[in-house]
Amino acid sequence: MAVSNETSELKAGTGAAQGASGAKLSALFAGTMGPLIGLALLCLALALTTDTFLTVRNILNVLDQVTVLGIMAIGMTLVILIGGIDLSVGSVLALASMVMGYVAYPDYLNLGVPVGIAAALIVAGACGLVSGLLVTVAKLPPFIATLAMMSVARGLANMITDGSQIVGFPDWFTNLSIVRHFGFLSVTVGLMIVLAIVFAIFLNYRATGRSLYAIGGSAEVARLSGIPVKSLTNWVYAICGLLAGLAGIVLAARLDSVQPSSGVGYELDTIAAVVIGGASLSGGIGSIGGTAIGVLIIGVLRNGLNLLGVSPFIQQVVIGVVIALAVATDTWRRRRQ
Amino acid sequence: MSLDPHTGESPHNGLFVNGLCKSYGPVQVLADASFEVRPGEVVALLGENGAGKSTVSNIIAGSTRPDAGTIIWRGKPYSPANPAAAIEAGVGMIHQELKLLPDLSVAENVYVGRLPMRGGRIDRATMNAKASAQLKRLGLDVSPERKVRTLRVAAQQQVEIAKALTLNAELLILDEPTAALGGEETELLFKQIRKLKAEGMSFVYISHRLDEIAQIADRVVVMRDGRIVARHERADIPVRTVVEQMVGRSVERMFPKLSAPGTETVLEVENLSSPERSFNNVSFSVKSGEILGIAGLIGAGRTELVRAIAGADPISSGAVRVAGQPVHLSGPAAAIRAGVVLVPEDRKEQGVVLEQTIGENLAIGNFDHVAPKGWVFPKAVQRFAEAGISRLGVKGRPNQAVSKLSGGNQQKVIIAKWVSRPPKVFILDEPTRGIDVGARAAIYDVIADLARSGMAVVVVSSDLEEVLGLSHRVLVLSRGRQRGILDRDEASNIAVMELATS
Repeated sequence: MAVSNETSELKAGTGAAQGASGAKLSALFAGTMGPLIGLALLCLALALTTDTFLTVRNILNVLDQVTVLGIMAIGMTLVILIGGIDLSVGSVLALASMVMGYVAYPDYLNLGVPVGIAAALIVAGACGLVSGLLVTVAKLPPFIATLAMMSVARGLANMITDGSQIVGFPDWFTNLSIVRHFGFLSVTVGLMIVLAIVFAIFLNYRATGRSLYAIGGSAEVARLSGIPVKSLTNWVYAICGLLAGLAGIVLAARLDSVQPSSGVGYELDTIAAVVIGGASLSGGIGSIGGTAIGVLIIGVLRNGLNLLGVSPFIQQVVIGVVIALAVATDTWRRRRQ
Repeated sequence: MSLDPHTGESPHNGLFVNGLCKSYGPVQVLADASFEVRPGEVVALLGENGAGKSTVSNIIAGSTRPDAGTIIWRGKPYSPANPAAAIEAGVGMIHQELKLLPDLSVAENVYVGRLPMRGGRIDRATMNAKASAQLKRLGLDVSPERKVRTLRVAAQQQVEIAKALTLNAELLILDEPTAALGGEETELLFKQIRKLKAEGMSFVYISHRLDEIAQIADRVVVMRDGRIVARHERADIPVRTVVEQMVGRSVERMFPKLSAPGTETVLEVENLSSPERSFNNVSFSVKSGEILGIAGLIGAGRTELVRAIAGADPISSGAVRVAGQPVHLSGPAAAIRAGVVLVPEDRKEQGVVLEQTIGENLAIGNFDHVAPKGWVFPKAVQRFAEAGISRLGVKGRPNQAVSKLSGGNQQKVIIAKWVSRPPKVFILDEPTRGIDVGARAAIYDVIADLARSGMAVVVVSSDLEEVLGLSHRVLVLSRGRQRGILDRDEASNIAVMELATS
């Protein structure tokens, strides 16, 4: 009796799971139909106007070019989901990469790249945690807290080497972003994809991830429901900082150098990618799937405009227009519903 | 018929609404609405949410255009294109959510958009003097230079009325003006309405509080489903009659029959005080199956008290025990673990995440149930939501956004969130605020069921009928102090009000 019950439940379960796999995919990209269509149209237009866009080599190039932005955007998605903002990611990226260079480079501490990476991640995570504490304990608005951190981290990044860059890392390190394993996947691109999948699962299927949506929807409702809003907020900023640090290490591998002036303005690109991906700056709405599309739109747009020989100045104009268009269509669509 | 069919002339100089219709897409929200308001008269407009009261008011106040129908105001056809045109014609509306600029002064709010100027600069002296005169006319003693943010809600409302007066309003539409007022403040408002009425001003008065109607209205118009279903020439009609007309069926019993409480004491509160002194030395206990009502005027500390018991706000001294075990009130999470749950006062700000689905709202706070080892599966949430929906009779589906539900159903979602734990102590703060009369009975049934299932229930309400009808005992607070606990048979309107105003 019990056995037959179990099997019938099992059958019902698998049936539902099959039915739900489509639903899951759509849940992953929930609310991102607009951006997805935008990305498809963009790719189509570039495929028609250039012979080089739709080549494996170029697609891999785009992926390489968006790794830094993509990794930062994952952290920013979490922050924006809970109704916050992090303006410090560009500076934290620079600080983390300078810490790594300083710890690893023979002329300075000479402790090797792995120790350097660990130190960089710790410093970056600590920066994020401080931003979080400024928000939760000192009650500063996230904009101000992270604006302060943006300035402090940039200053610290410059202080480490008194403003000069550090060039030349071991080959194995720079190869992380150059050597394409299985013919297509560099370690850094793989890292970005794995992180995106891990965080997408976290946000969709972990209680803590779902709690972030609740906090963004209404922090007071979340608090009264027993969700530890303050500690989760601290964690989110810490993880955002940590991922910005990781992006700094990826950038170091790509450039074979670290400089304290790197990452200026990256925070705005990152926010743009998240917002183009359908997230709401007032919190509670957004997804990793959407952010991935937002990152790709920015990446493909830059790449395509380069292929078309459009000047970088005009590129900035175009990207600005795309941000406005993306959010305007989204707002318009929501209002119509 | 109010209009003379031959001459089209009106027998008086007031407002005639004739056959107003309004549809949004296929939904007709207003069908052939006709009524009149004579000069110096208060007409109460009653009806459930969605009955069409707001639509009629908005048309008269110029913020909505009708599809058909006419209005005659002061003997002339009147069809305001926007609120400014309505104000120009002497028609003002005081909305339920006050539309003031909190960081500007009282006088600036009264004269915003038409600040008196002299030599290109704002003439503050004139502005303050004029505003002051209008405030005095209302019997309000506040400085015109005070920032509106620092005023109590009741005083803010009077600033809005003063503003309407300076605009020479002769017809004022008041939308739920007493929703946020306490007893004394309501009395003051009524006094002002009577005074202005004597000066010839007309009022359309929208309210959910039926007991007020007899006090303030001259005539009553009842609406249901976009139609006017009854007109009463006098206001002292039985509440039962009005309610039945509003809901369109007979209301057999508003309050459910309470079953006798158990013997086991579940909640004990001992000498509880708040750091801000919003309540002091409050002590009471609630048995299993018992409903304790907490009554008091606005600002008596009722909400602060129950929030503290639910861990939402800190306490400065005292103790709370649940089933004999002391509760460490470090936050809502600790209280929930101890079995104390709260349905908060402000449903939309504190109770539900509006843009999320019913399922998601139910999952928040129940991840220990729906997410074993922290994994949330949509199917588990769906199943949990379906159980909660059917247990509370919520009219909705698990994947429906909570913002699309009526107030009563939203409230049921919040109750459903907690009911399955099951909690030991269930606290409800203003459980029927802003909820239709018809839907309230369902909430009362739910509350009585909670008690019947053995929980200790605490209900805070500004609606005295509700407290009296729903509670085994009533605790009365006044200015943060506990004035007494009345048993059901000794708790009457008068007994409670005497304690509440002491």
